[in-house]
Amino acid sequence: MNEAPDTATPSGLASIEAVIAMLAEVGYIATRPIATALYLAHHLRKPVLIEGPAGVGKTELAVSCARALQFALLRLQCYEGLDDNKALYEWKYGKQLLYTQILKEKIGLLVDDADTLHGAFARLAGFQDLFFSREFLEPRPLLQAMEQRGGSVLLIDEVDKSEEAFEALLLEVLADYQVTIPEIGTICARVPPLVILTSNNTRELGDALKRRCLHLHIDFPDAALEQRVLRARVPGIGAALLAQLVAFVQSLRVQNIRKPPSVAESVDWARTLVLLHAPVLDETLVRETLGVLLKRETDVREIDGQLGALTRSALAAAGT
Amino acid sequence: MDSVLAGFVRALRAAGAEASTAETLDAARTLALMGYAPRADLKAALGLVLAKSEEEKCLHDQVFDLYFSLPPEAQAAATEAAAPSRAGPPRTGDERIDALLDLADDRRGPAGAPGDALRQALARAARAAGVDEIRFATQAGYFAGRMLVAMGIAALEQRLAERLGDERPDAQAEAQALGAARERLRRQARALVQQRFELFGKPATEAFMTEVTVQRALGRLAPAEMERMKAAIARMAKKLAAHHSRRQRRLLRGRLDLRRTLRANAGHDGVPFTLAFKQRRRDKPRIVAVCDVSGSVAAQVRFLLLFLYALHDAVGELRSFAFSNRLKDVTVPLETLPFDDAMALILKEVGHGSTDYGQAWADLHDRHWDGIDRRTTVIVLGDGRSNGTDPRLDLFAELAARAKRVLWLCPEPPGRWGSGDSAILSYRPFCTSLTHCATASDLERTLDEALEAYH
Repeated sequence: MNEAPDTATPSGLASIEAVIAMLAEVGYIATRPIATALYLAHHLRKPVLIEGPAGVGKTELAVSCARALQFALLRLQCYEGLDDNKALYEWKYGKQLLYTQILKEKIGLLVDDADTLHGAFARLAGFQDLFFSREFLEPRPLLQAMEQRGGSVLLIDEVDKSEEAFEALLLEVLADYQVTIPEIGTICARVPPLVILTSNNTRELGDALKRRCLHLHIDFPDAALEQRVLRARVPGIGAALLAQLVAFVQSLRVQNIRKPPSVAESVDWARTLVLLHAPVLDETLVRETLGVLLKRETDVREIDGQLGALTRSALAAAGT
Repeated sequence: MDSVLAGFVRALRAAGAEASTAETLDAARTLALMGYAPRADLKAALGLVLAKSEEEKCLHDQVFDLYFSLPPEAQAAATEAAAPSRAGPPRTGDERIDALLDLADDRRGPAGAPGDALRQALARAARAAGVDEIRFATQAGYFAGRMLVAMGIAALEQRLAERLGDERPDAQAEAQALGAARERLRRQARALVQQRFELFGKPATEAFMTEVTVQRALGRLAPAEMERMKAAIARMAKKLAAHHSRRQRRLLRGRLDLRRTLRANAGHDGVPFTLAFKQRRRDKPRIVAVCDVSGSVAAQVRFLLLFLYALHDAVGELRSFAFSNRLKDVTVPLETLPFDDAMALILKEVGHGSTDYGQAWADLHDRHWDGIDRRTTVIVLGDGRSNGTDPRLDLFAELAARAKRVLWLCPEPPGRWGSGDSAILSYRPFCTSLTHCATASDLERTLDEALEAYH
């Protein structure tokens, strides 16, 4: 359990360029700051806290990283009321009860020939270790991450939805990459996992957790980056349509709407247009498929009046 | 640890982006891992390690650009100094002076900017002269002088003085060259000191000025200080909002919730392995602000409303009323218009007329009573001077009974309460608290207490 940590660096994390190449292989287009964050996270052994609007690829980064490095992905989704039973480990109470019931007679036999109460206790003392052994332990994501032999990516999603008590628990685990179970002992991570925390900023995270992590902010991409992302995610898209699409989405983001479309939504829209075999953008097509981009009724109504103008300017900007 | 990194972290701290010791150590490890070039990567990497929020990232980017680049004045000074085309600087025969002349003429950097040798010499001199201690813009000349002395300008000046006294033409030419070199060095040193002031001195002065402004009486702010006050209030409000936004639900440990426990342990045959405790759901604060907008109180009203609207993320519901002789609901203009326009509109519509508190309570009772319930905190801002009209204590008593708390903020000092037509002492028994509120920190404290009551 407490073996020396394995410190070999996988080839995908050897340098910033290697990180970018590795992620590009699985279809995630990473900017240099993102690649730098992953590189430092591995070499400095620190978790990465990613903040940014919804849908820009925070969770997707962890998933792609795990896939590219062929590590196990352990995912812990945070919510209010998450405690160490659901995050660290839990005892299999049902199993313990069941075994006790089934083995009642056997236990009775074993303790039978002890004359004194003291003797009976001495016999029973050994059993406790059996019933609180590794077999009856249900590991949850944090403990599972510590136990992975070949390295893992631990994704703690939406950590701002959890409570402060959970942050204290996280700090303890992330500080030394070890978990202490009173009955069994301390389990150190053989290969420290690559920890990625995501946050939607619904509340301020505690200072201690923020200071412990590397802080990465992923914002909406610019036109060139978005084109690369769409080309990677939607392979069948034509170049003209791609340019117009990106120009339209970029112009939509600066409008006065509550929820600007993110990268996930523009990928969905691109897929929709490819499915509909649309060669170029036009106003009717945009009007019909606007629900894929804008998810709020108020936003759709707001944009409705300007749709024609926006489409025309997008076509002009794309150079057709 | 690297002195460059140490200087950078010090500049960050001076600018207000706190970089703790642990983070500095991480930055040192990052540098050991990545080295100093290329610059964009270094900026990203240091930003990841040292800046842990949006604000800090902006500050970090600014300070990085300022710290790791040449001061713009230095570049300008180097390019505009018209150098007559000749082979090189004149030799004087004295080693130290020749070295200085070489440095002054060093324009081997890109686009005629000072080359490495001059930059290094300047940096060494700056360290020797303690330029990083600069606090005020007026110290720039003094520090520039000390830098030049550290570079050894004394010998050059002495020689210059000698040559100026000499009548021969070659001596005059040499004096001219020496003078030009001295001038160039002086400009370079000045530019560097200016840059260091921007990095280290200016943020410290700003912080000091803000601290002073926050303590000043709101009614006596000069227009120039208004902007600083607004920024300070926005910051205080953000801190309060962050502090009070947490803890929506408080766990009452020790009081077992039997029903939920049994439910949770149904799978274990009722044996209570998992315990569930009772929880109390916390109400989000609801605040109603009632403000007297007559002349004497206008400045305080402005800042109170600014504070409240900056806080509105932490506050569940905020409604504002302004009155002088009639009460008017001003929530809508404050929410839709920019703050200054809304204040101007309010003062125009409501601000004329003599103050009548009794009428204000009557108007509140007639039209807006439903907005006040047992979860509401009512904040009254006024001096209680009702011009002798009926104070309607009965309505005020009803208001106090109905609301959760009533906080009265008075801009007058306690010594003047009850004097003249001030009815404030008769309102006092019904208020939860009556405080003298003259400065921004008083406002902050009152609002902190108000929000604290909701925990």
